[in-house]
Amino acid sequence: MKEWSSFVGFVVKEFYHIFRDRRTAAILFGMPVIQLLLFGYAIRNEIQEVKIGIADLSRDAVSQAITDKILSSGTFVLVKNPQSHSEIQSAFRSGAMSEAVIFEPASDREIQREGSMDIQVITDGSDPNVSRIITGYTASVIRDYLSESATTVDEPKGVVPVPLMMFNPGLKSVYLFVPGLMALILMLVSALMTSISITREKESGTMEVLLVSSLKPIQIIVGKVVPYFLLSFINVVSILVIASLVFGVPCRGSVLLLMAESLLFIMTALSLGMFISTITSSQQVAMMISLGGLLLPTILLSGFIFPVASMPLPLQVISNVIPAKWYLIIVRAIMLKGAGFAVLWQETLVLAVMTVVLIGASLRNFSERLE
Amino acid sequence: MTSAVEVKGVTKKFKTVTALSNVSLTVGKGELFGIIGADGAGKTTLFRILCTLMLADEGRAEVLGFDARKEYRSIRSRIGYMPGRFSLYTDLSVEENLKFFATVFNTTVEENYELIADIYTQLEPFKKRMAGQLSGGMKQKLALCCALIHRPDLLLLDEPTTGVDAVSRREFWQMLGRLKEQGITILVSTPYMDEASLCDRVAFLQDGTILAVDTPVGITGLFTAPLFSVRANEKHKLLTRLRSYPHAKSVYAFGSSVHYTDHRPSASSEEIMRYLSESELQEITIERIEPGIEDTFMALMKTDDGSHHE
Repeated sequence: MKEWSSFVGFVVKEFYHIFRDRRTAAILFGMPVIQLLLFGYAIRNEIQEVKIGIADLSRDAVSQAITDKILSSGTFVLVKNPQSHSEIQSAFRSGAMSEAVIFEPASDREIQREGSMDIQVITDGSDPNVSRIITGYTASVIRDYLSESATTVDEPKGVVPVPLMMFNPGLKSVYLFVPGLMALILMLVSALMTSISITREKESGTMEVLLVSSLKPIQIIVGKVVPYFLLSFINVVSILVIASLVFGVPCRGSVLLLMAESLLFIMTALSLGMFISTITSSQQVAMMISLGGLLLPTILLSGFIFPVASMPLPLQVISNVIPAKWYLIIVRAIMLKGAGFAVLWQETLVLAVMTVVLIGASLRNFSERLE
Repeated sequence: MTSAVEVKGVTKKFKTVTALSNVSLTVGKGELFGIIGADGAGKTTLFRILCTLMLADEGRAEVLGFDARKEYRSIRSRIGYMPGRFSLYTDLSVEENLKFFATVFNTTVEENYELIADIYTQLEPFKKRMAGQLSGGMKQKLALCCALIHRPDLLLLDEPTTGVDAVSRREFWQMLGRLKEQGITILVSTPYMDEASLCDRVAFLQDGTILAVDTPVGITGLFTAPLFSVRANEKHKLLTRLRSYPHAKSVYAFGSSVHYTDHRPSASSEEIMRYLSESELQEITIERIEPGIEDTFMALMKTDDGSHHE
């Protein structure tokens, strides 16, 4: 009973630390919202307002119809009608244009006679991602046109793929970012904050006094972890609420399962933070390890932004030890695909094992004395 | 069990530095015991071993009858420890700090209030203030309250008065005197010689070895050479002049005067006066004085060659 009250006293003290330090409070509550809004509104993969130049050397019904179709899609904005190749080149160099479409002369006669025509599409290859997307988009607009007008000529020959983007038909990037952001924020709040708050006690000398008190090491550790556990959970809920209300990201699977998996991931991150704090004694080192050793891999290697499958083999192997990778798979599966536990038990098991190993290592490493 | 602390042959090394070498010490129950030593003498290491935060490489330490190595838990709940560095939460108020330390020691402020009442009444007007914003003296009083809140049998105070103004220092020592009357054993370290005379017994620590352990009066009894307090118009010249005197044993500045000891037991002030008046020094006064603790410490530091004076 008395032990319980001293534990509660410890947790209350932790909350004082969190709410009295403006920076901590800002990171804890401001960051999730700001990051979500940033990723949701400002940082997008979708291509909009592509500056296009159209050189129509044919000036007939077909070229006119295709031009109209391209411009009416809303993705492209016509900036000029270049008259020569040198004009196209200088426009690319100055960045005034990102794509040029050139119709060869007499395209309608060609399509009548041969059933085919040549359209040249030039893009600015210095930004390969954008180039790839806009050429694909342009090609699909043209394909659309051809299939619509197919009644007048022969049926298009050969195999025509009809793609369907399941789970995210609009290919909205916010669907991609929300799960990644949850992993990132939970890592940051749980691992970084816990490791800093424990090392701060070591640095300020208060750990000395705590050790020479009636508190047991397990009480100190758990007391440090509980506040961040609660706050992280609040963060998960608020991210999900914002994602669904502001960005319309659905949760197709069980919300309960998503919460349970998130709690597990929070535990993994907290135990990582604990582990970091047991191997360092200064806040700065703890911060460096957390930022360099956790945040960057969480962003780069977890599949948050770059797909794991397209990484070189060594990085793919490394990505397996990054908790966020497994959490990302789980969250995407539950939120977007509506998957259940039966599909995700392996990923869950990986996270659970990681957590147990980390907690074990931290308890073993936690020193009841000064080094 | 009559001794509160029993240290036998404790040695502690950090890589290449020997912080403590073969230290032995006994502190009786209810004693106010001082460890006097300069920075780096090993005071903090000794305290950390006693409060079980560090293990000795050799030797054994017993605190309140418990072995510091094996029974550290029993020791930890029975001692009050105040580290050398201010170790309270600066972002918690005076009141919150005290409450926090009461709860982690499974007690309440009310339960032991009478023990700290004397000290805490001085802090009460500032109880809502953050601990980080207190003055040096106030911080130490708060730290003492926090170390006392669970009514420990032994108080370990590592340099509690370092960096504290003279008035607060005197008040602090008066508080220690009253705590001692309550039956609490106090082990306190300090770099200030003048505080040694306020202890029941003192130990001089120098480079990890104990030079002497005795009562303040007993310590000064170790000083045998004749001691003179010498003054002149130019202190610096006086020092160099005295140092070149063939019979000089030790010469050092002591406040505004110079303390001089002679190799000859029969040395007289007239002789020294005669020697000094051959120089251009003026307004010379020489006085034979009784040695103080600081004089004894200086003498012990000089003569010590590893052997113990007990």
